[in-house]
Amino acid sequence: MTPPVATGAPDATGASSVLALREFHPFEAHGARFLYMVPSAGIFRMDDAGCAILDVLARGPRERDDLIDELSDLFGVDRLLETIDELTEIRAIGDPAAPTQQVPNDLPPEDFPLNTMVLNVTNKCNLACTYCYEYGEDKIVDTQYGKQPKFMSDETAEESVEFLLAESKGLPVAHVTFFGGETLLNFPVLQKTVAYARRRAAEEGKRIEFSLTTNATLLRPEIIEWLAENQIGVTISIDGPKQVQDGLRVFHNGKGTYDVVLPKIKELLAVHRTRPIGARVTLTQKNMDVLTIFRHLTEEIGFWEVGLAPVTTQDQRDYAITPEGKDDMMRQFEILAQEWLEAALRDEHHGFTNVKDTIEEIHKGVSKAYGCGAGLGLLGVATDGDVSLCHRFAGSPEHTLGTVADGIDREKQGKFLVDHHIAAKTDCHTCWARPICSGGCYHESHVRYGDSSHANLHYCTWVRSWTHTCLEIYGALAEKNPKFLERFD
Amino acid sequence: MKHLRAVNQKATRIEAYVAWEAEQAKAEEMDVVGLRTPPHEETGPHFPMGCSLVFSPGWEVDSQGGTAGLCQPVERDIFDCHLGCFWPAHVPDQLNHAPDWTGKCASAQKDWRKLDLIFP
Repeated sequence: MTPPVATGAPDATGASSVLALREFHPFEAHGARFLYMVPSAGIFRMDDAGCAILDVLARGPRERDDLIDELSDLFGVDRLLETIDELTEIRAIGDPAAPTQQVPNDLPPEDFPLNTMVLNVTNKCNLACTYCYEYGEDKIVDTQYGKQPKFMSDETAEESVEFLLAESKGLPVAHVTFFGGETLLNFPVLQKTVAYARRRAAEEGKRIEFSLTTNATLLRPEIIEWLAENQIGVTISIDGPKQVQDGLRVFHNGKGTYDVVLPKIKELLAVHRTRPIGARVTLTQKNMDVLTIFRHLTEEIGFWEVGLAPVTTQDQRDYAITPEGKDDMMRQFEILAQEWLEAALRDEHHGFTNVKDTIEEIHKGVSKAYGCGAGLGLLGVATDGDVSLCHRFAGSPEHTLGTVADGIDREKQGKFLVDHHIAAKTDCHTCWARPICSGGCYHESHVRYGDSSHANLHYCTWVRSWTHTCLEIYGALAEKNPKFLERFD
Repeated sequence: MKHLRAVNQKATRIEAYVAWEAEQAKAEEMDVVGLRTPPHEETGPHFPMGCSLVFSPGWEVDSQGGTAGLCQPVERDIFDCHLGCFWPAHVPDQLNHAPDWTGKCASAQKDWRKLDLIFP
């Protein structure tokens, strides 16, 4: 039998023979029991003996011999010994006196490539959504009177493309996402940038993929045709049926946008078939009917995918979601998640992207050092060419890491990576969901706590509950339709 | 693993790592074996590395393992170090100081006598 591996665990020399539970999160699906290991994010399915051992140790540490005695009526000694060894190897159990594992603070390699660049081609918008993080009450950049130009110039866009080609280093494929303001207000620059980037990428032997986010108000037949021809991925910001959409997503004169965007979106969905088109919903206290919103956007309008996210704001805003509101949102997310599972068991598509994204991370077993790739594999570019953590911080001097012309300030980036590492977020060190959450969105914490390196503690319960739901879905698929999971390989 | 089943990709990697670690633990502790008989040959005759299989002037021993009848003087007992051995022997610096050291030694089998001493 293989020797145990955990530091401080009982070993052949008999240094210690006491066993206790170590860090993991258990979950069940279809009667089977699984362990989600923390922080490795590996998932193991238990057999009867494994479950029995964990159940005994859940009542407190045991001498190895006592543990075997206690269970020897139910299982053979050899099987118990082998299972104990295996549980020790995956670090589910071990010596309670062993020092607890430190959260490793290894930083990413210095030549980490840039994978995605978000270009804020304009910071102007033709809508006046109350909750907007760029123009609304929680904005961090003065988009109206600040130093940034309203529109990105052709030169800055081209410099950005060169910056991406250089910083993507050995990657064969890089991504450009156009963002705003309202992205389509600067359609000429979009067209030129895509053509320029295609040509330059081909010269460098690379490929660049494009996507954009728009409020759909400015879609015209020729724009739709261009999007389809150029295989631009499109995400539409839309909040739901007419009364919901017209409540918060309004023009500057207060007029609702639903009737304007609906025919344009339908035309886009009919014409643009080269990439799946998704809807992105901002949930607020004033629009919490997740199920109605989801069904309207998928079944009635025809979006392939819908992703929903709660608004980023401070508590005192009237659209900020209350704790009860979050519970209600969670309950509705779970209903959609169950629908997603039922569809997956039949090998069918279901457009609830929130589940799909988490399942993919669970399948791969990601264990993140950072809440997201911002400031590392993803960067945002402001209209003047300033490079910042992500599009949400574009133009904020405090969160600028350099410029596309002069490159990244490595010292500043290095400090950012140290300050925002999970090792620095001590609040997270006892949480089992940290491999997936890792403290959450920097912008959310900046708005909430005035500090982008703060863990998003107001979401902990919600994140753990959601991760647990997704783990159960993953377990159910692993039991009943493991083939479905291969699409996430 | 016999009893637990790795379900996701990370678990599969953990399983592979655990198996690898067990292999490492089973293997005998290895030492520098260049100049000593490898453990699995300890019962047989001791042939220093670099000997016997190729003609490599300087390292030969006789069938008893003796060094009395070395085929070249001990001062020249460095040719194998010069060619392929990792051992940090003091070989002539052929890049800077003695570029022509092997100039007359086109074939070691025939010309080993022409490997001359190098003086600073």
